[in-house]
Amino acid sequence: MNRSLSFLLPAALLLAALGQASAQNKYMTKTGQVSFFSSSPIEDIEAKNQQVAAVLDFGTGQLAFSVPIKAFVFKRTLMQEHFNENYLESDKFPKATFAGRFNGCDAAMLATAGPHNVQVEGDLTLHGVTHHVQVPASVELKSGQLLAFATFPVASADYNIEIPLLVRNNIAKIVTVRVALACAPVAGAASPGR
Amino acid sequence: MRYTYSAPLFAGLLGGLLALATPAHAQTDLLNDLEKQTADSTKREPVAATFKGTHIINSQSVETPGEGTLAFLIQHRFGTLNSGAYNFFGLDQAVLRLSFEYGITSRLAVGVGRSSQEKTFDGFVKYRALQQTSGAHPMPVSVTLFASSAITTLKFGTATQERNTSSRLDYAYQVLVARKFSPSLSVQLMPTLIHRNYTPLAGMQNDVYAIGAGLRQKLTKRIALTADYFYLLPGYAADHYTNALGLGVDIETGGHVFQLHFTNSSGMVEKFFVPQTTGNFFKGDIYFGFTVARNFTVKSQLK
Repeated sequence: MNRSLSFLLPAALLLAALGQASAQNKYMTKTGQVSFFSSSPIEDIEAKNQQVAAVLDFGTGQLAFSVPIKAFVFKRTLMQEHFNENYLESDKFPKATFAGRFNGCDAAMLATAGPHNVQVEGDLTLHGVTHHVQVPASVELKSGQLLAFATFPVASADYNIEIPLLVRNNIAKIVTVRVALACAPVAGAASPGR
Repeated sequence: MRYTYSAPLFAGLLGGLLALATPAHAQTDLLNDLEKQTADSTKREPVAATFKGTHIINSQSVETPGEGTLAFLIQHRFGTLNSGAYNFFGLDQAVLRLSFEYGITSRLAVGVGRSSQEKTFDGFVKYRALQQTSGAHPMPVSVTLFASSAITTLKFGTATQERNTSSRLDYAYQVLVARKFSPSLSVQLMPTLIHRNYTPLAGMQNDVYAIGAGLRQKLTKRIALTADYFYLLPGYAADHYTNALGLGVDIETGGHVFQLHFTNSSGMVEKFFVPQTTGNFFKGDIYFGFTVARNFTVKSQLK
């Protein structure tokens, strides 16, 4: 009795402490926004996606994104169709994902007011192609919600996104991607990887 | 006594190992966790782009212009290929239909058109009753209901030939049922009823029934083969006219869709090509034609 208690108690405490720590530092959203802009002398193209899932873990400094490609909304319906059918081939590659880590802000710093600049680094998978990218971003804790913003360029050629000759002048070679998240703290969730 | 020391030590070591082991796979695990949490097994996604355009060749497709989109269509049929060198193999003659189609909602579209053949105006309504979906309990087909009326504005000449307004009207009703079997193959079935208020010859049916079928097979991302066919159900029209057949190619250039085709029908409104096709496709009564669609965004989808 004595023996088994002394075995279980520290282990249980340790597990509880681990779970607790990451639960408080983990933020998540399923309605994050990712938009992109292409600017060319002929036309500007914009698309917005408000069904982005993201999770940021300030306990481990890790983060992940999942972006459903079909949820991008364009001004023009035909553009949206072409984007899905020909450019991003969303039947074949339904999601863009990002998995990586961020430096520059931990749980303690996050508690202090104001936006904090962080450096995000990880693997961006788009159109079935994965590239390691580094992106500056900012995070801020405001009334219990974690706000995260980032802007970065994506060159469509890097991800084997083929643009037909006739519209090559209408679409920028490098599009600007904007990320805006408002994440809620994850309550009582188990820490990742266990 | 020995055991009471070693047990917590062991537990601590194990805990430490676990804590060390997690970061190695945590990045992908975090993403996997996220994917698991966002995976919605009840989610159904609509299957988009069953056909490239709102028309296959002669027939309408299940597609409508999206909400707030105005489509301007130019449809053209030259003369028959077998009309000889004197008529430059049909290119000397041309029949034209211009039309506008507008998506009031993502499901409801209205359109108006004007054909040079018999100086005909037509107006139609298209409603996407069902949309094919993928995911849990998927809807296997898309169904679009189509109703059109057409009025000929020809001057009939002498007083005895003059006809009242209602006799100038014809109606078409269709149930368009389509399935996108794969990203490249789409098939459509079209039970069709044509009602004609006026029939010039004795024995001609006022109501003509037909079954249509259409097909789209992509060759590359931007080029597809198309076909459509109307089988007239037995009756006067089936005995005296031919079934409309079209074979074509869809070419998408980015902003436009060009549809080039060969068909035995010169008419581009249901009341012409379903019950009144006279050409025999296999004897060279083939009209070369094209459809060009240009979309204008009246109302942006972005708020």
